[in-house]
Amino acid sequence: MPAIPSHVPEPSRTDPALIRNFCIIAHIDHGKSTLADRMLQLTGVVEQRQMRAQYLDRMDIERERGITIKSQAVRLPWAPTHDQGKTHILNMIDTPGHVDFTYEVSRSLAACEGTVLLVDAAQGIEAQTLANLYLAMENDLTIIPVLNKIDLPAAQPEKFAEELANLVGCEPDDVLKVSAKTGLGVEALLDKVVDQIPAPVGVADAPARAMIFDSVYDSYRGVVTYVRVVDGQLNKRERIKMMSTGATHELLEIGVSSPEMRPADGLGVGEVGYLITGVKDVRQSKVGDTITSQHKGAEEPLGGYKDPKPMVFSGLYPLDGSDYPDLREALDKLQLNDAALVYEPETSAALGFGFRVGFLGLLHLDVIRERLEREFGLDLIATAPNVVYRVIMEDGEEITVTNPSEFPEGKIAEVYEPVVRATILAPTEFIGAIMELCQTRRGTLLGMDYLSEDRVEIRYTLPLAEIVFDFFDQLKSKTRGYASLDYEPTGEQSSSLVKVDILLHGDKVDAFSAITHKDQAYAYGVRLVAKLKELIPRQNFEVPVQAAIGSRVIARETIRAIRKDVLAKCYGGDISRKRKLLEKQKEGKKRMKMVGSVEVPQEAFIAVLSSDDSGGSSKAKK
Amino acid sequence: MPSALPDGEPVPADGALPVQALAGAAERPLGFYLHVPYCATRCGYCDFNTYTATELRGTGGVLASRDNYAETLTDEVRLARKVLGDDPREVRTVFVGGGTPTLLAAADLVRMLKAIRDEFGLAADAEVTTEANPESVDERYLATLREGGFNRISFGMQSAKQHVLKILDRTHTPGRPEACVAEARAAGFAHVNLDLIYGTPGESDDDWRASLDAALGAGPDHISAYALIVEDGTRLAHRIRRGEIPMTDDDVHADRYLIADDVLTRAGFDWYEVSNWATSEAGRCLHNELYWRGADWWGAGPGAHSHVGGVRWWNVKHPGAYASALAAGRSPGAGREILSDEDRRVERVLLELRLREGAPLSLLREAGLAASRRALAEGLLEEGPYAEGRAVLTLRGRLLADAVVRDLVD
Repeated sequence: MPAIPSHVPEPSRTDPALIRNFCIIAHIDHGKSTLADRMLQLTGVVEQRQMRAQYLDRMDIERERGITIKSQAVRLPWAPTHDQGKTHILNMIDTPGHVDFTYEVSRSLAACEGTVLLVDAAQGIEAQTLANLYLAMENDLTIIPVLNKIDLPAAQPEKFAEELANLVGCEPDDVLKVSAKTGLGVEALLDKVVDQIPAPVGVADAPARAMIFDSVYDSYRGVVTYVRVVDGQLNKRERIKMMSTGATHELLEIGVSSPEMRPADGLGVGEVGYLITGVKDVRQSKVGDTITSQHKGAEEPLGGYKDPKPMVFSGLYPLDGSDYPDLREALDKLQLNDAALVYEPETSAALGFGFRVGFLGLLHLDVIRERLEREFGLDLIATAPNVVYRVIMEDGEEITVTNPSEFPEGKIAEVYEPVVRATILAPTEFIGAIMELCQTRRGTLLGMDYLSEDRVEIRYTLPLAEIVFDFFDQLKSKTRGYASLDYEPTGEQSSSLVKVDILLHGDKVDAFSAITHKDQAYAYGVRLVAKLKELIPRQNFEVPVQAAIGSRVIARETIRAIRKDVLAKCYGGDISRKRKLLEKQKEGKKRMKMVGSVEVPQEAFIAVLSSDDSGGSSKAKK
Repeated sequence: MPSALPDGEPVPADGALPVQALAGAAERPLGFYLHVPYCATRCGYCDFNTYTATELRGTGGVLASRDNYAETLTDEVRLARKVLGDDPREVRTVFVGGGTPTLLAAADLVRMLKAIRDEFGLAADAEVTTEANPESVDERYLATLREGGFNRISFGMQSAKQHVLKILDRTHTPGRPEACVAEARAAGFAHVNLDLIYGTPGESDDDWRASLDAALGAGPDHISAYALIVEDGTRLAHRIRRGEIPMTDDDVHADRYLIADDVLTRAGFDWYEVSNWATSEAGRCLHNELYWRGADWWGAGPGAHSHVGGVRWWNVKHPGAYASALAAGRSPGAGREILSDEDRRVERVLLELRLREGAPLSLLREAGLAASRRALAEGLLEEGPYAEGRAVLTLRGRLLADAVVRDLVD
């Protein structure tokens, strides 16, 4: 282990020529957090005895699922082994590793001049990594290809070095081989970061311009904003301005993470650090926005800012209606730290009071729901996720539908649904199965490329609605888990879509309404009606369960009336027992939701609506 | 395995009741239930508190055997006398059940009855019943009971069909219970009941009709017909779970009940409780009516339940533990509950709604009344009595009694 470097440049007084800003692009489980751990140790910023695994992952869920949702930046001093006298500053910017957070990834990449492309030497590159690699190439970042886990018996470094070389456009010998677990090759990697990644270039005497690449809510300090200074300098105690909104704030603190927060005098050209202004809500400090000084500030913001736009909606309802205020409070708290989370109150005849919540994607939905349940102790029913539809009526009126029950009844001219460009990487033997799956999901083949002899990249246009339910599960099961998926929104298309309603004893159950393609409506209706028949207990009267499009019934089952509900014997010793049983049954009755005159157990709603068996959760755990 | 006892608070060692339990006692009839916890074999469907061993030992070597059982039980009757203190009531009903009471000598049953007569006195028109196994009684046995003061007898017939009896593990031969009725009549029993079970796996509608016809042919004045309940932990439940025997569908139970009510009604029987029919008011089982009308009764014997003035308690289940408690001069009570006013209201709705006279609407709260109007509209309650302020179940309502109760107690 090298000695702690001497003459470490201080923040705000660091020569840009000594700065290297880089990120690590890697698939979940390919070892990014472990590599980051080794770098923290080698550069001496974390003492040996304080070291713990996945040091930078803050949330329990991140550590448990092995994913990073929010990014971080760490300032690492590093004197290259061949030039020990010259201590450089390496800013390692952690990126979220998931497709739902592509925009955040793009902002992290925009804060860097180079990236380490980290790939598991036993598995090869995965679709999401490839997508992020393309994003890095578009940003003109210098790519350092690295194979990790070369200590594994199953590692195939030659094969995957070739694959990476083909993708990046280098020689297989240029691909570094490391083991983040043992530390092998990590010093060489740090040297290479210094040698190959360009130093940041900016105008030191121009008005300050810094890009926000992350914004994190901390319950003690308020919002902590992570920035990369492009031009000029930000100094402590000055007033700053958010260029997208024009709002100004006083800089209460400015500093760098190494990896704990360390206040500094300021941040200069090319430097990466954090700011604290006292704002309490991340929506006031948005990722992608440009920060400048209030006095003599910049006129032109840096490019690339976008408002996050929810892609997937789901209704969240407390299982116990009296938890509704708690749910609101919990969502308010989560929103402090998640500018992409949007929600508004919604009432369902079947489920009571809840919220329609918009998410960036399925992982986002899953993470939020899990945090609500785990951190806030709420029991929730989440309705099946749906996308946003744009409905044009014959009279020209346009209606935006985020909840199937809002789908209009009148004369509809056209319905538009969002589509995505999906990229699937898989071994060639599964091409047939993948194409079949995509065809049944209304996909259009865009193209196919061989990454190597036995791995292929398949590109499809697919309606987002076809992906939000169980697409990923299906893909995994049809490819024995080998396929990986990435997708990006590419717009919308006009489709033959209809709303299928479910009627219980003639009453429409809003929670069960769904928008499906006309050709799939019948199958959906039959499946749901059969499932409900199984889940709803027999009532005192016969209950027809119907699926209908408008007034046309497309599927029907009947729940027969219950004919016997009486215990034959009730003698002396049975009375206490029977009264207690009655109390228990009354409790059970409370958990029933009345839909019209039909008692529907909560469990039926959960079983029908739950997306637990759909793509979301397994995707995150992949 | 016998079913579990409810949870409750402990019973004081001397068995003393809270003062309020005895308030107004003189206005309520008092009955005695005497439990005999012995059987020759255990039937596959049975979850009652009964044992096939003839001798069971409690702590401290106290022996609870069939032979000294009448003695042990008499100790509890004496305890009852102490607990009820100067309660002046004579006993209106005595019911000996089990188990198989007739596994004891007839003289033992008579001694048990005598203990009650000695301690409390029997009302002149007291109803004194014992359950009896068709195979364990004969003319002499019946004559001894009759002479000792028994005037009502209940035989476990269950079915007239051999294959049904076999599934139930009943050992008597078809025809024997019917013969017992005649023997009991000859011995001078004024009232005779036959117990029937319907919905046993393998029983057909015609088998059930045949059982009803056979029972009616024997000439009892009372018939109880119960749907077979498969209780957890019984051998029958185990066999059904293993798929050896099919479970009977609830709809089949409903059909059998309708058959029973139809056949019995035509034969001149009237229902007076969901599972009980009698030829006349006098044929009704008064003892069971005490249970259903919130009267007082003392249940003596292992696992027996009692109720006095809103206090329900139950004895320890094991005959050895039971005998040990009494030998040490302690109450054999295992636990008790003191009913709140709301508990008592709920119990009244629960129990009285099962009776032909029904439950007074005055017992219901607003939500329950609204529910009763819905039940009336759905044809579950009778129009006539409703107009007079009583909730009385229709035939269809009887089959859905528990569902109606759940709504009416709101």
